[in-house]
Amino acid sequence: MQTKRSTYQNRWLPFFLLAPQLAITLVFFIWPASQAVKSSFERTDAFGFKTTFVGLDNYARILADPSYLNALGRTAIFSISVTVLSMSLALLLAVCVNRVLKSAKFYTTLLVWPYAVAPVVAGVLWWFLFNPTIGLLPHLLDWFGISWNHRVSGTQAMILITIAAAWKQISYNFLFFLAGLQSVPQSLMEAAAIDGAGPFKRFWTIVLPLLSPTTFFLLIININYVMFDTFGVIDATTAGGPGQATMTLVYKVYTDGVAGLNIGSSSAQSVMLMGIVIILTFIQFRYVERRVNY
Amino acid sequence: MASITLEGLRKTYAGDVHAVKGIDLAIEDGEFVVLVGPSGCGKSTLLRMVAGLETITGGTLKIGDRVVNKLEPAERDIAMVFQNYALYPHMTVYNNLAYGLKNRGFKKPEIEERVRKAAKMLEIEEYLERKPRKLSGGQRQRVAMGRALVREPAAFLFDEPLSNLDAKLRVQMRVEIKQLQRRLKTTSLYVTHDQLEAMTLGDRLVVLSAGKIEQVGTPMEIYARPASMFVAGFIGSPAMNMVPLEYLQTRGTTDLLNDLPPGTDTVGIRPDDMRLSPPNTPHLIVESTLELFEAAGAESHLYVRLADSDQPTVIRVSGQPPVNEGETLRFFVTREALHPFNSATGLRTG
Repeated sequence: MQTKRSTYQNRWLPFFLLAPQLAITLVFFIWPASQAVKSSFERTDAFGFKTTFVGLDNYARILADPSYLNALGRTAIFSISVTVLSMSLALLLAVCVNRVLKSAKFYTTLLVWPYAVAPVVAGVLWWFLFNPTIGLLPHLLDWFGISWNHRVSGTQAMILITIAAAWKQISYNFLFFLAGLQSVPQSLMEAAAIDGAGPFKRFWTIVLPLLSPTTFFLLIININYVMFDTFGVIDATTAGGPGQATMTLVYKVYTDGVAGLNIGSSSAQSVMLMGIVIILTFIQFRYVERRVNY
Repeated sequence: MASITLEGLRKTYAGDVHAVKGIDLAIEDGEFVVLVGPSGCGKSTLLRMVAGLETITGGTLKIGDRVVNKLEPAERDIAMVFQNYALYPHMTVYNNLAYGLKNRGFKKPEIEERVRKAAKMLEIEEYLERKPRKLSGGQRQRVAMGRALVREPAAFLFDEPLSNLDAKLRVQMRVEIKQLQRRLKTTSLYVTHDQLEAMTLGDRLVVLSAGKIEQVGTPMEIYARPASMFVAGFIGSPAMNMVPLEYLQTRGTTDLLNDLPPGTDTVGIRPDDMRLSPPNTPHLIVESTLELFEAAGAESHLYVRLADSDQPTVIRVSGQPPVNEGETLRFFVTREALHPFNSATGLRTG
């Protein structure tokens, strides 16, 4: 694709126009990120008087820390469950909406709403629904003989944040899946129907493979979302508890750094988290993308 | 293989839109029938109704002796070639061909054998492991044909399969489709808006207009005796000239106009039936002014305006006659060249 080249009379004008965006990126992203990298190699005493360079000591410590390794495992479980749950439900909803003709717009609007809800608000919402004292859902679950108390049960706390985090992401995935479904040519479905494939067979052998670029893109986006953006959801519902049951990597960065004031360790953790996501994305591009091209 | 019988087939869309208004047609076993008409005449809808991709509002559709009105496309034992080919982009050519057989539970050796056979017939053997996007338009077209072929269905349905190809390839594929159909003797229903394609391919043509059949017949029958002014204008290129009878009656020798059937008020004359030299048989002589001369190689088209009239008319002659634009031309028309029509009904009068 060719894009039109703009020409400016004044050679400084383009820089001037770009300046606000560059300034924001620099002040709110590049600078803090470089600070984090810098302080991950340092140790500051409890009163903040003295900062010493300690090399990779912070990294060595967190890798030897069982609570960090636990958080790592928990994050893996959390991200897999949120991604699988939100993507499969989103696909199911997209397939349903794609089938209705008249009210598709209406359903799409409703299904996209949760995306407009801030993570913290979403967390609070589910916290209310699942609240063991005043919530509606524990009351209903009681009928099935399930005693719900995520303040006590670590597993239930994990289920709670998984549902809350997945719920918010379904909207986003839904939109992309719907667009993907709508771009599958109708004539392919017809050809497959003549070729003797029933609706389910058509879905598995034609639609799903054709959706694979969308699925791949969403996989990366969702893992990034779970790794970083679920902080608000966790903070508003379980705050990492009970015990450390919902302490994911991103929440541990906050707990150790902001609450525990261990800036060095927290910085090292955030650099590690960034590294993990970069490696995961790289692996996905390297090995998964090859299979989705057709 | 089977015959296809359409009895009063109708299609009505919501909002009282009548796309197909009662079609009766019997396609014999092994016959190649072409549905031809301008866009929006309902020809594609009709084909899709036969395929089972559109529901049938009224009438009966039989393939062989079976009424298939309510059957799924897969149960009708037909194969279809789509305008945009509709190849599965994520499958190799081999799998594109094998897909329909796999779905029908064929055993692997049998699939392999049938795919190889079809690929050989269409000369696409060397592309079997490629994906469709690595193929040219003509090769994709062949794969689309192959997908229909391997199934050995009762009938082939073609939905304007050549319209995405360039002119040269279109002629080549047209010949191949015809040869293939001759060899396989599979009943075929072919939709096109291109009258030349229709003329050259079909054993019989069905000319459609506004959801109704205008005429059914062999290409030469339709060319020689168009049943309506619509058919006369649609089949043949350049289109048949329509001249009001009144005008011809004012032009000198008019004896041979006397035996035209009653009701005739318009006369159709094919561009090739306007001679520049007088024939031996009785003829009309019409004067005109040459407005534009168009040399098309083996033949030439003369765009003339009839004298004392603003009627534009086309004459087709072979070779290149020694004429100049602006000069007065006399052309000659015999009685056999006149197609009598009634302009109010649009129908042939006899």
